[in-house]
Amino acid sequence: MNIEWYVVLSSLLFAIGATGILIRRSPVVILLCLELMLNAGNLALVAFSRMVGNQDGQVFAIVVMVVAACEVVVGLGLIVAIFRRRLPLDVDELRELRG
Amino acid sequence: MEQALFFAAAIGALGGAIGVVAMRNPFFGVLSLIVHLFSLAVLFLLLTSAFVAAAQVVVYAGAVMVLYVFVVAYVGGGTESAWEPIPGQRLLAPLLGVALFIELSIAVLASSLLALGTDGPDVRAGFGDPAAIGNLLLEKFLVPFEAASILLLLAAVGAVVLAGHLREGERS
Repeated sequence: MNIEWYVVLSSLLFAIGATGILIRRSPVVILLCLELMLNAGNLALVAFSRMVGNQDGQVFAIVVMVVAACEVVVGLGLIVAIFRRRLPLDVDELRELRG
Repeated sequence: MEQALFFAAAIGALGGAIGVVAMRNPFFGVLSLIVHLFSLAVLFLLLTSAFVAAAQVVVYAGAVMVLYVFVVAYVGGGTESAWEPIPGQRLLAPLLGVALFIELSIAVLASSLLALGTDGPDVRAGFGDPAAIGNLLLEKFLVPFEAASILLLLAAVGAVVLAGHLREGERS
């Protein structure tokens, strides 16, 4: 398969993830859509690493996985903290930081 | 054979992604993300990166998704309000997504990367296997590797601080 196919698939997945972040309200689902976008980036990294014939891109993809795991842990910790303080789990109602 | 596998995995990945965005219940969203991640692991195998595919299945589909399932079970599904802070947001957002995809496709297909239209160069047998990636991580990329371990430690401590027990006097 041409590398083009993988890269176009990855940009399609990225666009779906971005649309999900714009549409959904629940912070859990927004984190899931962030995962979609990070994974689309990973697919592009691995595809380009195959295109060049160099494994450095795969190491980059693994580091992206580590960052995604950290982001999930902190994000889910925040969601649990919001839930335990009886605040609404809706990103449009949690807008106290807005000026 | 390779084409059939690619299209099967691509349909799985796209279906999983659309499921995450479209499912009302976050629990089903998590389940479709697992489908998506397994399809991506197949795509990584097709790109001869065995270690990344294995890490994808073990770290993502194994560990991270279990965390998601527990948190969704803890906070419950809940319903999203129909209130829109920006009028017409549910109509505008897919249009913006389509525009983003078209833009990315133009950027990719109009780039001067001639190798994009090929299958990539022939690689030797050990390309992307655990031994090769391990060598790279411990020699060429030792500093990023250690930085990643510090980052994981900080994230674990941060999660305990954020989600730990409420102390006395805190608003519950």
